[in-house]
Amino acid sequence: MPTDMPPFLPFLVAALLAAVTRGRLRSALMLATPIAGALALTGIGSGELLQIQVLGYTLTPVRVDELSLMFGYLFHLGAFIAVLYALHTDDTLQHVMAMAYAGGAVGAVFAGDLITFFLFWEVLSLSSVFLIWARRTPQAIAAGFRYLLLQIGSGVTLLAGLLVYVAATGEVAMNHIGLEAPGGWLIILALGLKCGFPMLHMWLTDAYPESTPTGAVFLCMFTTKCAIYALTRSFAGAEPLIYIGAFMTFFPIFFAVIENDLRRVLSYSMINQLGFMVCGIGLGSALALNGTVSHAFNDVLFKGLLFMSMGAVLTMTGTTKASELGGLYKTMPQTTALCIVGAASISAIPLFCGFVSKSMIMQAALDQGHTIIWFFLLFASVGVLEHAGIKIPFFAFFAHDSGRRPAEPPVNMRAAMAVAAALCIVIGVFPEATLYRLLPFDASYHPYDMTHVVTQVQLLMFGALAVFWMMRTGRYPTEERAVNLDFDWIYRRLLPAAIRGGERVLSPVWDGARKGVVAQFSGLVALLFRYHGPGGALARTWPTGSMAIWVAVLLAVFVVVYYL
Amino acid sequence: MAHAFLDNLPALQVVIPLLSAPLCLVLARWPRLVWTMCTLVTWTAFGIALALLQTVLAEGPVSYAMGGWAAPWGIEYRIDAVNAYVALIVTGIAAVVLPYAYRSVPLYIHGERVPLFYALLMLCFTGLLGMTVTGDAFNVFVFLEISSLSMYGLISQGRDRRSLTASFQYLVMGTIGGTFVLIGIGFLYVLTGTLNMADLAARLPDVTQVRTLHTAFAFIVVGIGLKLAMFPLHLWLPNAYAYAPSTATVFIASTATKVAVYILLRFVYTIMGPALFSEGIPYGQIAIVLAVMGLLTGSFVAIFQQNIKRMLAYSSIAQIGYILLGIGFASVLGLQAALLHLFNHALMKGALFMAVGCFVYRLGSMSIEDMAGVGRRMPWTFAAFVMGGLSLIGVPLTVGFVSKWYLVLAALQKGYWPLAVLILIGSLLAVVYIWRVVETAWFAKPSLRAAEVREAPLAMLIPTWILVLANIYFGVNTTMTVGVADLAARTLMESMR
Repeated sequence: MPTDMPPFLPFLVAALLAAVTRGRLRSALMLATPIAGALALTGIGSGELLQIQVLGYTLTPVRVDELSLMFGYLFHLGAFIAVLYALHTDDTLQHVMAMAYAGGAVGAVFAGDLITFFLFWEVLSLSSVFLIWARRTPQAIAAGFRYLLLQIGSGVTLLAGLLVYVAATGEVAMNHIGLEAPGGWLIILALGLKCGFPMLHMWLTDAYPESTPTGAVFLCMFTTKCAIYALTRSFAGAEPLIYIGAFMTFFPIFFAVIENDLRRVLSYSMINQLGFMVCGIGLGSALALNGTVSHAFNDVLFKGLLFMSMGAVLTMTGTTKASELGGLYKTMPQTTALCIVGAASISAIPLFCGFVSKSMIMQAALDQGHTIIWFFLLFASVGVLEHAGIKIPFFAFFAHDSGRRPAEPPVNMRAAMAVAAALCIVIGVFPEATLYRLLPFDASYHPYDMTHVVTQVQLLMFGALAVFWMMRTGRYPTEERAVNLDFDWIYRRLLPAAIRGGERVLSPVWDGARKGVVAQFSGLVALLFRYHGPGGALARTWPTGSMAIWVAVLLAVFVVVYYL
Repeated sequence: MAHAFLDNLPALQVVIPLLSAPLCLVLARWPRLVWTMCTLVTWTAFGIALALLQTVLAEGPVSYAMGGWAAPWGIEYRIDAVNAYVALIVTGIAAVVLPYAYRSVPLYIHGERVPLFYALLMLCFTGLLGMTVTGDAFNVFVFLEISSLSMYGLISQGRDRRSLTASFQYLVMGTIGGTFVLIGIGFLYVLTGTLNMADLAARLPDVTQVRTLHTAFAFIVVGIGLKLAMFPLHLWLPNAYAYAPSTATVFIASTATKVAVYILLRFVYTIMGPALFSEGIPYGQIAIVLAVMGLLTGSFVAIFQQNIKRMLAYSSIAQIGYILLGIGFASVLGLQAALLHLFNHALMKGALFMAVGCFVYRLGSMSIEDMAGVGRRMPWTFAAFVMGGLSLIGVPLTVGFVSKWYLVLAALQKGYWPLAVLILIGSLLAVVYIWRVVETAWFAKPSLRAAEVREAPLAMLIPTWILVLANIYFGVNTTMTVGVADLAARTLMESMR
């Protein structure tokens, strides 16, 4: 294999080919792409593999180090699982965009400079939105537009930040930036928007549940993980991230508990998991960063698995509303079992993959003396168990019998879920032989010692106990068809209402102002036309004599000016 | 033999086109042969220009004594990075224009007179190249007259009778300009007793009659200003461009003003710069004021034009404003931007005028109204026009972006940020007038004329697309242009110290 091939190239080529091929050929092609790409990665060199000069800046479209390599493998793995999962759909648009999306994500993590990174950042936005629109429902179209708006907003903010940064430092390479750097705040804001920072997270919980069953799997894997990657590279050790991350771990819990749409529950749970990672980046020690990237790795697997199981439910029943589901285990035993593996992993039960990464971040928090933060994370862990570990499988597959008897999903969906579930268990049981060998930072950690295991088991048992006690005594919020208000209510309802209200008051003023401006503008254009129009003084053909006069005038002006 | 050829490259650059002009008349009975010969001559000239540029880049300036008479008595041809670069622009454009002429010229000129047209074209080519490579101030005037006289002839060949008045006006104005230049050179000769540029530059700082020097400077700047259509001396240009045959328009628009700019740079920086710079004459500020006026006026007038060739002509006046702006900054970066735009504007205006020539060839009309819906009938020509337009606007990945970028950088470096804003406003105005054409040609219902046309002949399309692709190539790979322009700008600024 050529070792200096840009890693994003196979995906982009595959995106083109997926547009023109059909059927089995396309399936084979799309499955082969991540495999071939990953094989090529094993032989790739390291350092700046490709550099070009543009307008005096040295761009590095391909830069390979341990951190980018880890995310590179992760995205190839994720792409393989998601492609396998989506194989049965016959929607060219989705296949093409999914390939481009994966290519964008791979390109972004191998980008060695900010400008290349920005370009791939935009590819991510522009390709992923089609996975939402591909659902082709009015809600999906509307949610897609809101999603695109915020994603583009993130892109513009990133561009502004990197322009300030590049102009001030003259440096385009993408390395540690930090908050003190000029433009640093803008860049972190842009990254945070894609990473679901509080108050900037609405697009995630708004749009992901509206996407197609297969699209959601791609979506949950790439965009936010790219942001985590960029934060790890450029803002490791930025202290505000500790508090932002801790806040992110627990505020979604309350929304997740009362939410009825199970894919939206997963979206909230995603922000919660991202919170752990952001917190780890803020802590900034080698152990915390290792925890962050390995948790990102595992999150792709188990969150992908959960989204896949809910996607299977959605495909087979047409809904993911908890109030309309229940009792599906009778006819979907395999999906149920796979979903439970995902749930166990996200809840960080020992011997599942979540445990081996999340405990690293928490250990790092303790090591660095952030005891209060540690308590927050502990509380959030219980919350995860409750809303993702128990609520998702329980309400979908058990609970009260909905009377629905759907069949198992297509075999490729089950195969994709099985791959993810197997990896969850393998990584959970043998972390040192698998995941830990890829870790980019230098820190040793052993998850399976007495303290960690006992603490975690105790925590989980009491947490589970609390949930079942609440359910028994009727204190647990029941599944209800309801719309929960999140921060996006402010811009989806309040803002339009305020604008409409304001419009009634201000419309006479506005009309007057507009008429005035229009009149002024037409006046200006008329004035311009008078002098610049075809018959105007500045455009008409002058007699030769007056041209000559101008020459004389100008000569006189020059001579006089020099004379002075 | 090969050695003799290589040693005499600077002379051959001018002599070969010069000899081809009378040959056009000798061979007049075989118009195709004439065309073939002229095409080969332009390609040879392009090759020589490339070789000269390589030599200059590798070994520094080349000096060539005409007829073995050493400077300052004989005529010296002196080639450094600046004029090697300009010669490359002139010959490159000519090498693309000649293939284009094959189908385009017969539209305007009767069969048996076609060789005469080529003779004029070759003379004009000779004149422009001569102005570029010579190192002798009086020689500049001689070649200026050769190029101007042949240009008047070329312009008068248009189908519209207005081309005659346009040509006459240009004749009067051009002669005034030429005379002014001659008066200026005469003053310089009186002051120093030499006509060699390097010699002049060395002697002028010691001159005591500063008034004469200033007057000479004013005459030369105004004279050349006429040739390069500096606002408000641009009045001859719109009609000359609009009514000339398409081939002549493409050639003149992409080369003549560029060479005039080069001559201005040569006189202002290399020859008179050392003498004038120390006295703090505000010529930079005057240039900036005139540039801004030209930029705004040209753009606004272009917006309201009904004749597409006149529209592009006014756009050229605006673009010359950009070039003068870069010169007016009087910094290495500013000069670099001006020189870049020299090259880039030749590419974009060449592509645009060629595309318009294709439209005119099929439509027989220059009015934008008649172009309604023509884009769908002539998609390749239309696509070329759009690409050229994007380049003119300065969209990234085209050459237009590269020059605007450096111009804005130069403005910011000097702290003239209102001018940086103005440069961007100029781009917006370009959007307006290009969009007007796009809207009419693509979205409007086809006019009666447009409904019957078909795609332009390949012999015209291919040269057009060569320039369009050059617009993109040099917009992406800027190593050559930026590097040479930087070197040329440094060469010019060096003499100021």
